[in-house]
Amino acid sequence: MNATSAGRKNIFSFLISALILVFLFAVCKIATIHAAPPNPKPDAAASREAFLQVYKVFTSPRCQNCHPFGDSPLQGDDSHVHLQNVVRGKDGHGVYGMRCNTCHQSANLSGEHLPPGNPKWSLPAPEHKMIIVGRTPAELCRQLKDPKQTGGRSLPQLLEHVSTDDLVGWAWNPGTGRTLPPLSRADTVAQMKIWIDGGAACPQ
Amino acid sequence: MSAASTRIPRRDFLKTSASIGSGLCIAAYIPELAARTLENPLASSAVFAPNAFVRISPDDSVTIIANHSEMGQGVYTSLPMLLNEELESDWSKIKVEPAPVDAAYNHTVFGLQMTGGSTTTPSEWERFRKMGAMARLMLIDAAAQKWNVPASECTVEKGVVIHKASGRKATYGSLVAAASQSKPPTDIPLKDPKQFTLIGKSVRRLDTPSKTNGTAQFGLDVRIPGMLFALVARPPVFGGKVVSFDATETLKIKGVRAVEQIPSGVAVIATAFWPAKLGREKLKITWDDGENANLSTPQMLADFSKQSASPGNIAKKTGDPSAALASAAKSITAEYDVPYLAHCMMEPLNCVVDLRADSCELWTGTQFETVDRASAARVAGLPPEKVKLNTTLLGGGFGRRANVASDFVVEAVHVARVAKAPVKVIWTREDDLAGGWYRPMWHDRFAAGLDAQGNPVAWTHTIVGQSILTGTAFEPYGVKDGIDSASVEGAADLLYGIPNLQVDLHSPKIGVPVQWWRSVGHSHTGFSVEGFFDEVAHAGGKDPYELRRTLLANQPRMLAVLNLVAEKGGWGKPLAPGRGRGIATHFSFDTYVAQVVEASVEKDGTVRVHRVVCAVDCGRTINPDIVKAQMEGGIVFGLTAALKTEITLENGRVQQHNFYDYPMLRMFESPEIEVHIVPSEQSPTGVGEPSVPPVAPALTNAIFAVTGKRIRRLPIRASDLAAGSETKS
Amino acid sequence: MTSFFLNGKSVTVDDDPSTPLLWVIRDSLGLTGTKFGCGMALCGACTVHLDGAAIRSCVAPLSRVAGKHVTTIEGLSSDLSHPLQRAWIEVDVPQCGYCQSGQIMSAAVLLKENPKPTDKDIDEAMSGNICRCGTYSRIRRAIHRAAELGVEKRTS
Repeated sequence: MNATSAGRKNIFSFLISALILVFLFAVCKIATIHAAPPNPKPDAAASREAFLQVYKVFTSPRCQNCHPFGDSPLQGDDSHVHLQNVVRGKDGHGVYGMRCNTCHQSANLSGEHLPPGNPKWSLPAPEHKMIIVGRTPAELCRQLKDPKQTGGRSLPQLLEHVSTDDLVGWAWNPGTGRTLPPLSRADTVAQMKIWIDGGAACPQ
Repeated sequence: MSAASTRIPRRDFLKTSASIGSGLCIAAYIPELAARTLENPLASSAVFAPNAFVRISPDDSVTIIANHSEMGQGVYTSLPMLLNEELESDWSKIKVEPAPVDAAYNHTVFGLQMTGGSTTTPSEWERFRKMGAMARLMLIDAAAQKWNVPASECTVEKGVVIHKASGRKATYGSLVAAASQSKPPTDIPLKDPKQFTLIGKSVRRLDTPSKTNGTAQFGLDVRIPGMLFALVARPPVFGGKVVSFDATETLKIKGVRAVEQIPSGVAVIATAFWPAKLGREKLKITWDDGENANLSTPQMLADFSKQSASPGNIAKKTGDPSAALASAAKSITAEYDVPYLAHCMMEPLNCVVDLRADSCELWTGTQFETVDRASAARVAGLPPEKVKLNTTLLGGGFGRRANVASDFVVEAVHVARVAKAPVKVIWTREDDLAGGWYRPMWHDRFAAGLDAQGNPVAWTHTIVGQSILTGTAFEPYGVKDGIDSASVEGAADLLYGIPNLQVDLHSPKIGVPVQWWRSVGHSHTGFSVEGFFDEVAHAGGKDPYELRRTLLANQPRMLAVLNLVAEKGGWGKPLAPGRGRGIATHFSFDTYVAQVVEASVEKDGTVRVHRVVCAVDCGRTINPDIVKAQMEGGIVFGLTAALKTEITLENGRVQQHNFYDYPMLRMFESPEIEVHIVPSEQSPTGVGEPSVPPVAPALTNAIFAVTGKRIRRLPIRASDLAAGSETKS
Repeated sequence: MTSFFLNGKSVTVDDDPSTPLLWVIRDSLGLTGTKFGCGMALCGACTVHLDGAAIRSCVAPLSRVAGKHVTTIEGLSSDLSHPLQRAWIEVDVPQCGYCQSGQIMSAAVLLKENPKPTDKDIDEAMSGNICRCGTYSRIRRAIHRAAELGVEKRTS
């Protein structure tokens, strides 16, 4: 199976069951964002530069470990394959007695090497895998802008997702012993906004 | 464990024990039994206990007393099979009970009550059958007397004595009182093996039902009234000592009852495990690291390699290896390394102690009853007979629970003393992994000389690694002229016919406690010898299987095992693309094993083991399915060592903590395993350990076959095989 | 105080709500079939069912199960009649047996959701449970056998 072709519909969406709700919610929010005055002069160079900052965050272990190439999540700062042969499953939550919440709780457990937690802990569902691992900056950039791969999600929707999604937010509260992404969440959102406002230019 | 077991002397022991078994043992073991050892819970007249190993009740139930611990190897089934082969009671009425500690239950070879060295069956093969026969004869005698017929006219079927001529029948249960008055027979003939009805059959294990519904009781499951729970904070460096500690925060945890210093560290005593664990995390301890704070694995690897270049104590010398090497047409050398390894039983160590002013009772899963009871008695300040040790089921042993210092038992008695209440000391996984008593780290340096035809004519092997027995009470039994036989087993007794052979040994003293670990010395010699043998075969342009056949010409049992595994493993047959096949043999615990492994290597260096075919000659099999299970288990155990695990040290501190950095082979990595048993009428030999040694070399030989890369250090690292794994040299 | 259902019976304990369920079950409620192996959800020995789904009780805080149904190995069947137990006995899976409660509890969820699993399904469902004795090939065989027994049971 080609993992790239499989993940074309939506982006960063973790709960099929909540998909529609999330979408509706996002549409309302986007209306707000669109209401803001648009950046009058897109700056492609600044946009590209900003994307490279965002890329660093997305490819940090905290983000990419759940956006693997293939169907097995990764673990740790070295992004090794999850030891227990964990797989994505039909809904991104694993299979049988190996569901994500078999081990992962709704919050991080205190202490190093204990399972991190979040109520939504999961991989993207198979219809929208949004693979990050192994993608070059240019590839990831194009992927994020490709409506076929984002399931029609707009860039502002993406921005909204990175800004507010609870599971995405876990990356900046990953529990003891896990390194943080190279940028804070606010800075990541700011860079993403520069990228989008500057025309969402992609590095070559 | 292999303790005094080490092969060569053990064979003599076994001969001795066989002669003891044929007569002497009755005299030695029986009289004290009925009288002293078996204090039956029922009134003595209510049961028939002809000896220490069997008790029959009026309800026909038969209790067999197992003097060896059940740690998964199936002795709670195989021992009853041995006894009941002669007793001929109804198998469905059999129950098993662990033996109390008593000299009556000593191992017939090692002379103490223990389980290890793959020797339960060799130790009990004769004795248990005799004990069963003795009971049967006394029951028949009781019936014959009652019926006033000659005993010779009575037969037994499924626990019923039958006098055919008169049609009379009596169940064993109905004969309990009468048989208790019977005189023990002086002559106890045993069945001709041709008449065996149980031995040789794959009877289902008696302990399986309790292990599928949660009722099996392991040491960790023991609960006695008023019992507290304790964890111990132990020094981060072996040999370290507590300088001072601050328990202020610990004592604030709800449920923590006391924090006390004991010789091995600081004990946190609480009403349950969890508060003890939380409390231990809050302890502030200042340690004196002592003299081992500089130990580091890279340094030790370098030191071992250097040491292996110089001559050591000679464990074995035949012919003139130096001259043969010097004049060889071709010579090759290689160095092999294996790390310290933890036993890592699934049930972490634990021990329950109820210490009173004039008595002490313990519950623990142990392989070392005699030693543990004596150790506990010493700490408790009581004579051993005032100490009662209850052996529970063991959630794995692999040698760790046969500790020469009884470390986990001694510590628990110390904790009980300060707890002033019954207490269960529990080790966490982290405690277990950092707790020492590892399989030693070993370095093996080889040189081989080949003649013009590519046949090896000289073989030298220098081994560097800590002695397990030196400095222990067992030293006199296993260490001779500076050679710990457990260090060189599998090397000094090489079966291959190589005319000039030398094995040297260096036994550096290092402050890391070491111990027997499933297959003991064979766990390193199996890998290094069979890996290097493969190198020799390739250097000489020989097929590794054919060269083994040639050099095993005078070893018919190993040759048969080798031929069988080659046939079943499809040696020389085409393989799926990307797969390689490797072969290895190893003789250990008097058992012959050969294996063929099929493996492939992925681009990133990940090794996949697809299939392991194993052939074994362990003499007569008591229960073939249990033999197969032991082979399967040993193969997985050996693969875990080959692919996954190492204990390393930095600044004297163990670097591994839990299964995330000491990973075990899992279901998805576990190969298809096929076991073939060579039929044999020879005396039964060990099966718990012998499948471990050959699997790592069979795997690395398979990796060589498919990648051209020779692995000489375990565990196998993906980085050693990544990229280029598709090219074969 | 926290209340939940353990093997169908209502239980109430006064352990701190952050206490791992494993220790509540073992130390406070005295059911010891559920085992401690690692304390970090790495080995699966402590697997129980929470409202029918497998969880590692060693990392699940007591608060997570409040008001819910927890099933341990003791609650799987009262008489060894569960197809997995029958298959485990038939194949003689256990060696030391310590991990087997967890293995069976994981396998039970697998079979419930996939009555006829393939080897790949078994690899994906069972790789969270470690067996140091190396009984994997028998676990695999017994799961296939239990699947057959389960079919027999449903059709009989």
